[in-house]
Order: sequence, then C-alpha cells, then structure tokens
Amino acid sequence: MTTAPRVGILSLQGDVREHARVLTELGAQVALVRRPGELVGLDGLVLPGGESTVIDKLSRAFGIQGPLRDVIAGGLPVLGTCAGLILLANRLADGIAGQETFGGLDATVRRNAFGGQVESFETELEVPALGPPTIRAAFIRAPAIEELGPSATALASLPDGPVVAAEQDGLLGIAFHPESTGETRFHQRFLDRIRGA
Amino acid sequence: MNSTPTPSTPTTGTGTVKRGLADMLKGGVIMDVVTAEQAKIAEDAGAVAVMALERVPADIRAQGGVSRMSDPDMIDSIIETVSIPVMAKARIGHFVEAQILQELGVDYIDESEVLSPADYVHHIDKQRFTVPFVCGATNLGEALRRITEGAAMIRSKGEAGTGDVSEATKHIRTITAQIRELAAKSEDELYLAAKELQAPYSLVKEVAETGALPVVLFTAGGVATPADAAMMMQLGADGVFVGSGIFKSGNPEQRAAAIVKATTFHDDPSVIAEASRGLGEAMVGINVADLPAPHRLAERGW
Repeated sequence: MTTAPRVGILSLQGDVREHARVLTELGAQVALVRRPGELVGLDGLVLPGGESTVIDKLSRAFGIQGPLRDVIAGGLPVLGTCAGLILLANRLADGIAGQETFGGLDATVRRNAFGGQVESFETELEVPALGPPTIRAAFIRAPAIEELGPSATALASLPDGPVVAAEQDGLLGIAFHPESTGETRFHQRFLDRIRGA
Repeated sequence: MNSTPTPSTPTTGTGTVKRGLADMLKGGVIMDVVTAEQAKIAEDAGAVAVMALERVPADIRAQGGVSRMSDPDMIDSIIETVSIPVMAKARIGHFVEAQILQELGVDYIDESEVLSPADYVHHIDKQRFTVPFVCGATNLGEALRRITEGAAMIRSKGEAGTGDVSEATKHIRTITAQIRELAAKSEDELYLAAKELQAPYSLVKEVAETGALPVVLFTAGGVATPADAAMMMQLGADGVFVGSGIFKSGNPEQRAAAIVKATTFHDDPSVIAEASRGLGEAMVGINVADLPAPHRLAERGW
C-alpha cells in the first residue's frame, strides 16, 4: 500500500479526538464513522475509549452493529482501547442486562475490572512485542481480559496477572489508553498490520 | 498535557487518569438522578454517567432552603445499581463533603453552585484529592481558576432548574469566544490577558497555543430538549449535563434516549427531528429573565 491508509474511528461517543490525533501524526487518513455507509472503503477501524454500554446502544439504534460485525468478520483490521476492547470481545463477564458486543477477539473481558475511578491508575508496562522502553499505560475504570481463546495471543500483562492487551490476526485489543499518554507504538503496529494486509 | 511526573509504580489520581475519565465521557449525556430507580432508567437510556443528588435543581428552586451533599445511603444504592460512572455534588468550598464523597467511591465530584455554597471565598483545593472534580464556569477566567485548583473537567453553568437554555448558550458562547480571542493574541499581549482573566500566565499561554481548554468542556443548566442538547454540541461543547429536564418531563425514558441520540448526531437535523417526536411534555420551566438576581445559581462561584 503506497497511499496513506484510510482508518475509520467509530464516533458514536468517547475519546475519538485522541485517536484521530495519533493516527494523523502517524500518516493515516482518518474518517469518522457513525453510519453503515461510512464503513465503505476503510483499510482499518478504531473502536475508541468511552462508555461501552452507550456505544453498544447507539450502534444498534442507528443500524451499524450488524455491518460492523460483518466487516470485522470479513477481516478488517481493528484496534480497540478500553471500551473498544470490550466491544471487540466475543464474551463479556459482567455487562449490563442485554449488553452486546461486536465481537471478533476470542476473549472474555470484564468491565471495570479494577474498580471505580479512585482505583484508576497509571503505570509502566512491559510489552515484549514492542520492545523497550516500557509503555506508560493509563488504566481508567479499565476492563481486563479474563480468558483468552487459543487463536488470540497476550501482548501485555500486569505484574499481578491480568492480561491487558491481546492480538489476533488484524485485531488488537488494549485495556488501557495509549492515545492518552503520547504512546504511538500500538497505533504504529496497527498501521503496519494494515499495510501488510 | 499535565504536570504529573511519570510514575514508575502504579499510581492513582494522576492528572492523566483524572482528565482521562472526562475524555471518555465526550459526546455523551450526564443525567441528574435522585434515586437508584432513576439511575437505572438513565443507564438504560444511554447516559454516559449519572449525577447523584438529593433534589433536582428545579425542586431546590421550588422548595428553597439550604441544599447539601446527598445522603450517603442514597449514593451507595446508586453506585450498586449502575455500572456507568457515578458523579455526586459537593457544596462550593465544602472540602469535607468532598472527602466523604471520595470515601464513598464516587467516580467524579461536582463542586456545584446548584447546592448552597459552604465558603464564599475559597473553592475546594481539588489537587489534594484522588477523585477528579468537575466545576462550573460562566467565562474563561473562571474556568481557568478552577483548573488551577485542580478541576479535571469544566461545565459551563447555564441556569440550573429552569429549562431555559439561554444562560447555557450565553456561557458556552462566552467561553469559546474568549478562547478564540486568546488564540488570536500576540505573545506579549498574553501577560495582560492573564491579568484580566485572573488566571495563571502559564495556563493562559497554553490555551492561546492550543486554542482549547486543557480539560474537557461540557455544558449544563437549562437543557431540556434534544434540540437544546444538539445546539450546545454545535456551539462547541464536548457533551451535556441534563438536570431537571429529564425526570421533570412527561416521559423520562423516552426523552433521555432522545437527548442521547441528538447529542451524538448533533450535526444531523434529520436525526434530531426524529428524536424530537412524541416525547410528551417537556419540563414546564421558568424564564431566566423572570428570576430575580438573588435566585440565579450561576452567580455563585467566582
């Protein structure tokens, strides 16, 4: 791929602007996606941080849930952070009644796995796949990956156990917010994956 | 972005996690609730967070008296009922109410002019807390003073409990216009601007350079319809607070869901028109022009 990849950001709610900034900085062409028609012609898609219950509801109210599931199943590379990880997971440990996900990532994700906002934290995280230096990671009412299926690979774990980033073909799910701390290597990895696809 | 040094061990309450939660609420609607049942209705309708308070502003206005932080049992029951963030209000300057709310585990504290102020001179030193704060502002100087004290999110005040959106319009327009004016100034004009705004020079310079507040800016106070919410978004708000407008209306479930849709699709009149259908009665409302000055809540805080 010689031209800039065209990356959509699901823009129903959440930290769309932060993802757009990182992607633009890395040379991608950003398209905001709220309707099914806006999924056409994308090379990749970002599911941003936000409130997963709200994004789920709006995606159904405006008829984009089905088309999103279709493009993910069709192999479109997707990067999801925090709420985006929840929406990308095949299984949810503690959604609210009736909460659904788009799915794709063979994982079980627990919402608010670390507690409320006073438990939200920042830490340094080793991500072997990205090499040194460590990642500065912000966990904000963050989810965690409780169980990972055989087709997915863990990319990072906290020292006390929980998996907080995982990959499966073109799908990259992260429990924290690289877009909030000036960390660009995950987005770069995602763009590299798109270019190689 | 913020002045917090990079922590090498897990650290709570950093500037990034405080401001970051507000970033995650962008494009959303935060709804006032006074019971766990209302909180559930709000969550089901697509609220991005709920604001727990003892009485909605319209009732505070009607009933008068001193209004304070909510009952801890009520806040507990709301935290147990919903999985979205729970905010709660403390009186301006009442740092012990804030300590209690942090202890209860709320996700955000609103140091709010809607309650009776506890200190007519000082606001809460919000830097001391792990929990983040949102504060009201009617203009840029007030917003920057609150951010200096540690506010991680700003909401334009409007006039709560009226259902009259005119003050919300005035305040969001004032803040965004003052930011644009600042961005147009030469560097040597920023010293005077800082003096006039009564805000620290470093923060004034940062806003002039970026053309935006360093924290998320929501709007509040008088939003009662999907059209009101969409107008606030078109005027540059990152999201909206809806207080009395939902649970003082004829059909709260439907109105709440409609305001959520109109906020997301604020630039699409076809969606806003559809969302505005069949909502039943809006809250009755009071014209701000008919409110004598001592009853205007937006004038609390400085």
